[in-house]
Amino acid sequence: MRNLMALLSGLLFGAGLALSGMMNPARVRGFLDIAGDWDPTLAFVMGGAVLVMAFAWALQRRMHRPLACEDFALPGTRLIDARLIGGAALFGVGWGLGGLCPGPAIASLVFHPLSAGVFVVAMLAGMLAFRLVDTRRG
Amino acid sequence: MFDWFMQTFPDSQPLHGLAGGVLIGLAGAVMLLGPGRIAGISGMTARVAGLSGGAPWPLAALFLAGLPAGALAVAALIGGIPAQFPPSLVLLAIAGLVTGVGTRLGSGCTSGHGVCGLSRLSPRSIVATLTFIATGMVTVALVNALGGGI
Repeated sequence: MRNLMALLSGLLFGAGLALSGMMNPARVRGFLDIAGDWDPTLAFVMGGAVLVMAFAWALQRRMHRPLACEDFALPGTRLIDARLIGGAALFGVGWGLGGLCPGPAIASLVFHPLSAGVFVVAMLAGMLAFRLVDTRRG
Repeated sequence: MFDWFMQTFPDSQPLHGLAGGVLIGLAGAVMLLGPGRIAGISGMTARVAGLSGGAPWPLAALFLAGLPAGALAVAALIGGIPAQFPPSLVLLAIAGLVTGVGTRLGSGCTSGHGVCGLSRLSPRSIVATLTFIATGMVTVALVNALGGGI
């Protein structure tokens, strides 16, 4: 059941990315281009997603366990350190350079295998490189 | 109001964005309330590649497989998905590399921090999201200032 729900979640996510225009790197860059011809579409995507998810969190706080597993497996929310800020800062640079974040890149593999493929392979290489040098393995 | 908005931002697609955002929120809700996890794409990717712990492998793999499948379904319904990629593969490779390192170091990307964490009012995710939007904006401004078009 939990695997089916994960698949459903992925399907909904991919459909949402496709419908929202977020699989178009030019549109994502347009959102980040506040000094130029700004395209606020991404703010609506975030707004819609956050609104629905806020209801989901309200439900989650009233549940003792998730529907398809024994326990919730959720990360902590408090620790703000150099890793978090440095990592987010780096990610933003990559996001701005390519106009791609991991979700749209993976969803785009079937439409633009070369461009999205180069990005995804390089992203995996970056993840591997980090894994090799990171001293705090999780 | 809507007319004013569309005149001001003629290239934007606020209704498509909102509808797609609602679907993304539902995706996060299904993952949270069903398997009890964060629908974080960079984390699930690292998990499937064997580069981190976390969700059971089949769960993470099915979630990731759903992304292109869901996008294909929408493409079939609306007749294709417009996309304009940066033409330089070198640029895409650099962008991917930086994204890979950054998402692992910062424990998440737009989905985990930006959607799931922000809606949870997680201070960690609020800081992360503001940070990556800020450096993304600076990056795009610099790229455009240095000749743009890449």
